[in-house]
Amino acid sequence: MGNLGIIFKRELNGYFATPLAYVFIVIFLITNGIFTFDLGGFFLRGQADLLPFFGFHPWLYLFMVPAIAMTLWADERKTGTIELLLTLPVRLVDAVLGKFLAAWVLTSIALALTFPIWVTVNYLGDPDNGVIVAAYLGSWFMAGGFLAIGSCMSACTKNSVIAFILTVAICFLFVIMGSPILLNSFPPWIPQWLVDAFSAMGFLTHFDSIAKGVLDIRDFLFFSVFIGAWLLASAIVIEMKKAN
Amino acid sequence: MIEISHLTKKFDQFVAVDDLSFSVREGEVLGFLGPNGAGKSTTMKVITGFLAPSAGTVTIDGHDISSAALEAKRLIGYLPEGAPSYGDMTTLDFLRFIAEVRGFRGVDIDRRVDQVINEVALESVRDQSIETLSKGFKRRVGLAQAIMHDPKVLILDEPTDGLDPNQKHHVRALIKSLATDKIVIISTHILEEVTAVCSRAVIIANGKVVADGTPSELESRSRFHHAIRVTLTDSHDLVADLKAVRGVASVEVAEDNRLAYTIFAEGGASIFSQVSEIAQQKHWPISEFHVERGQLEDVFSSVTQQSKGLTNG
Repeated sequence: MGNLGIIFKRELNGYFATPLAYVFIVIFLITNGIFTFDLGGFFLRGQADLLPFFGFHPWLYLFMVPAIAMTLWADERKTGTIELLLTLPVRLVDAVLGKFLAAWVLTSIALALTFPIWVTVNYLGDPDNGVIVAAYLGSWFMAGGFLAIGSCMSACTKNSVIAFILTVAICFLFVIMGSPILLNSFPPWIPQWLVDAFSAMGFLTHFDSIAKGVLDIRDFLFFSVFIGAWLLASAIVIEMKKAN
Repeated sequence: MIEISHLTKKFDQFVAVDDLSFSVREGEVLGFLGPNGAGKSTTMKVITGFLAPSAGTVTIDGHDISSAALEAKRLIGYLPEGAPSYGDMTTLDFLRFIAEVRGFRGVDIDRRVDQVINEVALESVRDQSIETLSKGFKRRVGLAQAIMHDPKVLILDEPTDGLDPNQKHHVRALIKSLATDKIVIISTHILEEVTAVCSRAVIIANGKVVADGTPSELESRSRFHHAIRVTLTDSHDLVADLKAVRGVASVEVAEDNRLAYTIFAEGGASIFSQVSEIAQQKHWPISEFHVERGQLEDVFSSVTQQSKGLTNG
């Protein structure tokens, strides 16, 4: 196992060594349930699909994921362990990736534990399971995007609360970028290509099409590049700010 | 061998380390001294590859810390200032993590971790989470982590800070036992520690080397070198007796005890025989008589303040 794997393992064990992981998972599942059944009208719609379930994920992630990401680097800087970690024979890219992957796996576990709703919808009707798998994948990638932003914001500050607020703010921006409300409010003199470019950066643009079962490789590519870019930014910020 | 050559580290406009050059050979225990803010910790952070130098180079056994960082870091064991470690892990889990990162695999992990736990006496807190440990234990966990891979180069930033006298003694003994074929750099502002464990002392101030030598060489630069301390039981005009004696520079009376005198030697030469002779002749009522080796503290304050005067003026 390389250093990436060792760091990944330590981080993931760290989540489960404290109640943090359990609290996160439980709150994630409860909130998911409330959103889907109460706000989403899962039963009232009378349709065998999980649109009301996935539709709320961007908004759920908006607050849940930054809570996981906020400590990633802020705590290392606050307690000084960053000095320990980065003077070990570990490449910075391994440290950044290892931490990110551990957090991503935690959100994946939470996401996977929503499986009863899949069972339920299959019991009640005859949904298109291909669409559901696609939507799960899309949701998972989107969580990764949120986390990558969180990793970078956490590297910016020693204070995890500030990291949380920054992450929520930036994630919110990326969520609403693709929403029609925002796009329609652009004045007409703004060229269309700019509006398109803006909308193409939005999470909803990509997630909505995946959630409807349109498996376009470009949507996954978007999230992959997005994650890569923010992790690269994390590494740069860590390198720049580790002195103070 | 560690070679530091023309090392400079700037933070914006502030120069923390200023064109520092020295090298350390195998077997040397280097005491790195200096007033707070002199650049000790910054230098150590650059040597260990945590901070990149603004100018100059650091090489560890030929590996440049900037261009061959991983190779250099493998040779170094480092205890950062304040001995940071992951508080939510137990001592055992933390040390196992370090062992894995340091390249131990399988049964070697347990064997080595057990050894290290023994060496720094951590058995009693093996399964306790680190955040619940006392300062002394935390410091020892930090030390255990630093010596995990039996490193060739050991860099310890204030290893005994906050320890009680017994623990300090223990840590010093540990460092001494390690040192024969290794390079050890210890930063400290406890001067007795330097005389106790170091074979060489480098004093820096304002990012520059202001003194470099063995502890006894530095002591001999003190005005207390070869000075004689005499404590009398009864008052006696010492000063008059000593006027005629060759080699005596001056005599001072202690502030807190009028019967305690310090006799300074001219140019640091030995004046023991002359003074003891006159003491016998004149029947000084002596209760204590001893020769000073010199005071590191005195040298420390004189060289560090000199340098301050230079930069301010």
